[in-house]
Amino acid sequence: MESLELKAIANEMRKDIIRMLEAAGSGHPGGSLSCIDMLTSLYFGGVLRHDPADPKRADRDYFILSKGHAAPALYATLAHAGYFPVEELMTLRKLGTRLQGHPDSSLVPGVEVGTGSLGQGLSISAGLAAGIRLRGTDQVVFTILGDGECQEGQIWEAATFAAHQKLDNLVAIVDGNGLQIDGATTDVCQVGDLGDKFAAFGWDVHRIDGHDIDAMTDLFNALKADRGGKPHAVVANTVKGKGVSFMENQAGWHGKAPDAAQAAQALAELEEGGR
Amino acid sequence: MAIRMASAEEKANKRATRAALGTTLIKLADEGLPIVAVDADLSGSTTLGKLGAKPEYADRLFNVGIAEQNMVDVAAGLSLAGNIAFTGSFAVFGIGRAYDQIRNTVAYSKLNVKLTPTHAGLSVGPDGGSHQMMEDIALLRQLPNVTILIPADYAAAASAIELAARMEGPAYVRLGRATVPGVYADGVQLEVGKSYVIREGSDVTIAACGSLVDEAQKAADLLAAEGISAEVIDCFSIQPFDEETLIASVAKTGRVVTVEDHSVHGGLGSTVAEVLAMRHPAPCAFVGLRGTFGKSGSYEELLSYFHMDAPAIVEAVKTLMA
Repeated sequence: MESLELKAIANEMRKDIIRMLEAAGSGHPGGSLSCIDMLTSLYFGGVLRHDPADPKRADRDYFILSKGHAAPALYATLAHAGYFPVEELMTLRKLGTRLQGHPDSSLVPGVEVGTGSLGQGLSISAGLAAGIRLRGTDQVVFTILGDGECQEGQIWEAATFAAHQKLDNLVAIVDGNGLQIDGATTDVCQVGDLGDKFAAFGWDVHRIDGHDIDAMTDLFNALKADRGGKPHAVVANTVKGKGVSFMENQAGWHGKAPDAAQAAQALAELEEGGR
Repeated sequence: MAIRMASAEEKANKRATRAALGTTLIKLADEGLPIVAVDADLSGSTTLGKLGAKPEYADRLFNVGIAEQNMVDVAAGLSLAGNIAFTGSFAVFGIGRAYDQIRNTVAYSKLNVKLTPTHAGLSVGPDGGSHQMMEDIALLRQLPNVTILIPADYAAAASAIELAARMEGPAYVRLGRATVPGVYADGVQLEVGKSYVIREGSDVTIAACGSLVDEAQKAADLLAAEGISAEVIDCFSIQPFDEETLIASVAKTGRVVTVEDHSVHGGLGSTVAEVLAMRHPAPCAFVGLRGTFGKSGSYEELLSYFHMDAPAIVEAVKTLMA
């Protein structure tokens, strides 16, 4: 898919994130907007082998959203990819919906496992990668972690395990937006240089602009093919709330939905930005 | 199908329930089941190491080191790749420390993970209260989607592990460190959702589980010598629980004493009390650990100290009947 087309898809999905959060009246815009470009690369850039018509097809690559509160971004991605109707996005967080506040694999096609309690997705992904290796297939597991999420100790249990097991079919992308609910990660409890940390744990580390879709697609495809005996970490520099001026770099928009006026402004900006 | 009980020889052959773990998984793997196991630096104690020691299954045992939360979620990931994933460690860590991983990943997503940490209850013995897991049944009984089996002896443990492997979804098999006499014949095939009346009686029901089923049987012998006829039920399946067998027994005896190597709060005692309160009110007494952590000592000493052995069960029965 052409670069401009991917940007257009990401922009449409940003608009859907705003629309569904406004309709829901609660949820997490900041971290959804910061990771939507990487999701665009994975699902629309030809990185993941996947089939919306057959979500459980045996030879698929796997994606696990460890930072489960970015569910709106995942739902927008899955809907636009064809896993379920885009109109369903407006049911987010409402009673009876499949689109729970955090992803529920029992309900949503394309969601591999429920997430939301932070720190668990990397362990699950590592187990999955180990299981794939036992199976002897070429499938790859991608997961997106939050940088704040890396305060969870279990992330480093998983990092140790994945390196020990030489899980080179595992790619962990850190959405490094620098903010968490209570403020900047550097102020709350600083995680330091996550690239250096993963490298110290024995990972193959890459750094990238988390909003440069083409660059990410090239890197992800290269990592899929790189079976050098180390798990791969991609530390992506991102902007929380990316694409909506008043949300950008504001911790206050971690877990707050826009009201009607704010949503209208955000959509107008995205409309402008999409041109 | 009739359940065969242990022969005199099998009764005398004391074995730990944990000893069934590695051996049974090898048997199931030999049958072609996609068995994998994840342990956290205790694969000798849990006996999961036996699986990894077989050259053909060396790649099916994963040791995550001392990292129980990772252990449970790595098992979750392995199950997503189509495996039947067993976990190790001790119950206090493998359940207690990893509770959120069990709740939010294994149970929430109904994964094919089988929680089989060992060393549950006072059976840990001298390691003391920090290592004696007395609230695991309570923790897991609250969770949707988790089957809980509590084997009374080695044969029941082998059956429980096989049942867990052959069912879809999360299961917990509670395994102990201490050796216990045989209750069932080797090769017995028990069922999920069933309790077993292992001794018939008319004056009181003793509903026991796990390693204390043997103490319950001893108590029934002591009571018989005093002219009290006790019915003993092995509550093998806590979740789902066999309400009918319990109610049928209590309808006959009119009272029940529960016996478990666990806190009296939230485990078998609470299960029985809830069922009876709703469906067949009857006087109850509860034998188990009450309001305290465990402590160091041999298993036998601890059961006596905490009033959980056969004489304590007899006393509870008599108090209830007075």
